[in-house]
Amino acid sequence: MDWKLMVSKKILKIENLKTYFDTFAGLVKAVDGISIEVREGETLGLVGESGSGKSVTALSILGIVPRPGKILGGKIIYKGENLLDKTEKDLQKIRGKEIGYVFQDPSTSLNPVFSIADQLTEVIMRHQNISKKEALEKAIELLKLVEIPDPEIKIWTYPHQLSGGMKQRVAVARALSCQPSLLLADEPTTNLDVTIQAQILNLMKNLKDKFGMSMILITHDMGIVAGVADRISVLYAGRVCETADTKTIFHHHLHPYTNALLKAVPSLALRKEKLAVIPGTIPNLIEPPSGCRFHPRCEYAQAICSEEIPPLEEVEPEHYVACHRAKELTLEVPFRSEKL
Amino acid sequence: MSDRPFLEVKNLVKHFPISSKGVFFKKQVGVIHAVDGVSFSVDKGTTLGLVGESGCGKTSTARAILYLDPPTEGEIYLDGEDIKAIFKSKKKSEVLRLRRKMQYVFQNPYASLDPRMTVADIIIEPFTIHKNVPKSEWHNKLYELLELVGLEDYHAERYPHEFSGGQRQRICIARALAVDPQLLIADEPVASLDVSIRAQILNLLKDLQDKLEMTYLYISHDLSTVRHICDRVAVMYMGKFVEVAETDELFDSPLHPYTQALMSAIPVPDPELTKGRRIVLPGETSSPINPPPGCRFEPRCIYAKEHNCVEKSPKLVDVGNGHLVACEKAQ
Repeated sequence: MDWKLMVSKKILKIENLKTYFDTFAGLVKAVDGISIEVREGETLGLVGESGSGKSVTALSILGIVPRPGKILGGKIIYKGENLLDKTEKDLQKIRGKEIGYVFQDPSTSLNPVFSIADQLTEVIMRHQNISKKEALEKAIELLKLVEIPDPEIKIWTYPHQLSGGMKQRVAVARALSCQPSLLLADEPTTNLDVTIQAQILNLMKNLKDKFGMSMILITHDMGIVAGVADRISVLYAGRVCETADTKTIFHHHLHPYTNALLKAVPSLALRKEKLAVIPGTIPNLIEPPSGCRFHPRCEYAQAICSEEIPPLEEVEPEHYVACHRAKELTLEVPFRSEKL
Repeated sequence: MSDRPFLEVKNLVKHFPISSKGVFFKKQVGVIHAVDGVSFSVDKGTTLGLVGESGCGKTSTARAILYLDPPTEGEIYLDGEDIKAIFKSKKKSEVLRLRRKMQYVFQNPYASLDPRMTVADIIIEPFTIHKNVPKSEWHNKLYELLELVGLEDYHAERYPHEFSGGQRQRICIARALAVDPQLLIADEPVASLDVSIRAQILNLLKDLQDKLEMTYLYISHDLSTVRHICDRVAVMYMGKFVEVAETDELFDSPLHPYTQALMSAIPVPDPELTKGRRIVLPGETSSPINPPPGCRFEPRCIYAKEHNCVEKSPKLVDVGNGHLVACEKAQ
């Protein structure tokens, strides 16, 4: 255990967050009692399959959950203040300034009819009391920071003139424009090629260290969090299964879902004849399974698992697990550090 | 059967013309070099993986083989038959016979199924075109196919929107199998699926290959899935093969600098392994309209300065054990 993690301050603490979507088909419990925390200067990885509530959690933090979604319970405490008590006007001062956001798809998160200069100066001028000329200089600085070649020329281009990797760099620059304390990155590299993905991940990591930001990295790729995150929360069907530091999640995890997820990832180091499969599919969140939401797909499920919701308990220092059988199970750890 | 490989592609070229938008005349102003002289062969019952980043020509190669986009140049032999000659003869029965031999599974199961057809309609449609199954047998064969891909009988009457991504991909595979193909081209079949579902589909493809002795051409940008399913792997960069080798050989000792970078860039789900092993390539893929004259990887390559790669275009050379590399340094 890293001693720095133990003493550092919490910048964000989410307690029992509930975000539901009231649709025609029924009430979708997208986020149903998620509790996570982010400490100063650290990167928290939020991992889960689609529909596990990763993105909705991030949108809830900024208070931009799309309709018909509503936050129905819980607390989001950012630097000691509950964001859910704030008015829209107060939140606008926080969005983009205190908390930056990098969306998944750079080709839809940038506005196609405005130049890069417009899109960057808009954010800068909104939060900082400076002239357009100064804002433009700042924007060029930002493009230099995210390693875009010829920033003085590139700033006058439109999003369609840039490649996917370059667009994502602009999106990162926009998120960093007011030097936020917390950066939310929602699958920032999913749409990019592997070599470009490596560039963007490196860039984000360096900038995070440079500015001393905290970061929440949302992804479904266990490989990405392994390299970037300090701690990881594994989500399943709107709840947290397990939270611990990265090494613990990979080598000493206690939740059967974490185990199954890691086993299903094709590994470069081992060539197995068959991949381990998690039977079944992700549950419907209108009528989620009773008790532990993973029990219908869990090979260790017992009667208690379908009856009682397992609480998220601290089984070891800094290692939280929501499983009735966490203490008795011995899970086979799929990855050992064999060299490639 | 002779010892000829099942699928043989020789010097395949696919160029897409770019036209200027004239009012009366369309003038060709350039050409996109999607595939530029690719040769390979696949033995019966084995899997060749085509790997590369987006825009490198993987899908164009596959579509040219199926004659969905006729190749600009080159020869393709399937089971000893010249595909180009048969498609050019335009005899419908011959063309259909060839199409029965090779089928395609598309990348996105959300786009490749008609939302207004039931699963039964979707899977039976090939029978109505190819007439390979007598009408009285249609339903038996339909249920047989559903079972083969791990779906239930009652799924037949449902529409695609009622299924999850993994199940839809199973439907696509069942549709491809309806004509008993010998070659299956799978174009990123798991790219749009979740990890837990991905493993299910990859296992299914492996089982089907064992059961039906099919030959696969597996296209992907994800090297980790390729390692699981392929016997041989070809790495593509800007329309050319840079390295071809047996899977284990390629993963254990990649020789081309691009393959090395590609492998190091894959996020490995192990925190101790990831630190410090990543080679980050500078820059981006060059434009396929004006590809670099020499080695196409030269602008991004760290070894380029030592070997005069700007002028010389390296050829694929066998360095032993059927390991082919196109690089001055590696040779």
